[in-house]
Amino acid sequence: MKALVYITPKADILDPQGKAVGSALQDLGYEGVDEVKVGRYVTLQLKSQPVDQAKAQVEDMCRKLLANINVETFRVEITED
Amino acid sequence: MRFGIVVFPGSNCDHDCYWGLKHDLAYEVNFLWHRQKDLVGSDCIILPGGFAHGDYLRAGAIARFSPIMEEVVKHAHNGKPVIGICNGFQVLTEIGLLPGALLKNNTLSFIHKPVTLRIEHRDSLFTRSYKTNAVIELPIAHGQGRYYASDEVIAELQSENRILFRYSSPKGELSSAWNPNGSLLDIAGICNAAGNIMGMMPHPERRMNQQLGGVDGRAIFQGVAQAFA
Repeated sequence: MKALVYITPKADILDPQGKAVGSALQDLGYEGVDEVKVGRYVTLQLKSQPVDQAKAQVEDMCRKLLANINVETFRVEITED
Repeated sequence: MRFGIVVFPGSNCDHDCYWGLKHDLAYEVNFLWHRQKDLVGSDCIILPGGFAHGDYLRAGAIARFSPIMEEVVKHAHNGKPVIGICNGFQVLTEIGLLPGALLKNNTLSFIHKPVTLRIEHRDSLFTRSYKTNAVIELPIAHGQGRYYASDEVIAELQSENRILFRYSSPKGELSSAWNPNGSLLDIAGICNAAGNIMGMMPHPERRMNQQLGGVDGRAIFQGVAQAFA
């Protein structure tokens, strides 16, 4: 089974990377984009285990290492493939 | 008085610190490899600049789990001095010894240049050897130096006089024109509530010798050393 972890800057934090990508998209003519946030995507291959247990453990990893909860939020998805 | 300089894989200002402390200021100093679990009697620990563990994930995120950091935290909790410079400041925020975080510069670029800094007050171990209202020049060299903390933390830093260094004009004026990276309140360096842990983005160890551009960095280490005199 696999864990997919999405880490993004918190909403109220200035994200200069997202801003730069946003203005590049404007330059390309995509006028429908209001805001861009750039984050990280981490995948973990896990040993087979109950989904709840896997999710709790990966969330713990996020709080300890994968994300900086002062400035980032995270979301964990567990898939069976 | 003995300084101990922690060496992580990827530290690159460790030798600058060593040279300045040993040869310019004539203090006892030794390196501490990050896998070591012994601070070998160091009175003040320095976490130097560089790219510890490649800055993978986030600057400082992996360095905080190096074996020596457990000892550094104990040392800090015993009220003994710890100085984090640049990447070392990032490690101190990641491990929670100092509040807030260092984010990507708002310019999105790596900035390497001398900046002027206002010493906010002299009522700390790290600033007491500067003159009142001093403005000093130190180099910065970082891609992630934009100090950020929640409103509550910022208010606390202000009310407890824990902001020690702010980016300013050579006359000590504050404005966004003198803030190189977008740090909140032009913050370049702070300390903890007890006053024994200090983190700063500029590099005092690169201003320890007139031949290397100046000696404005010396007083930080001299201030600490006086406490052990």
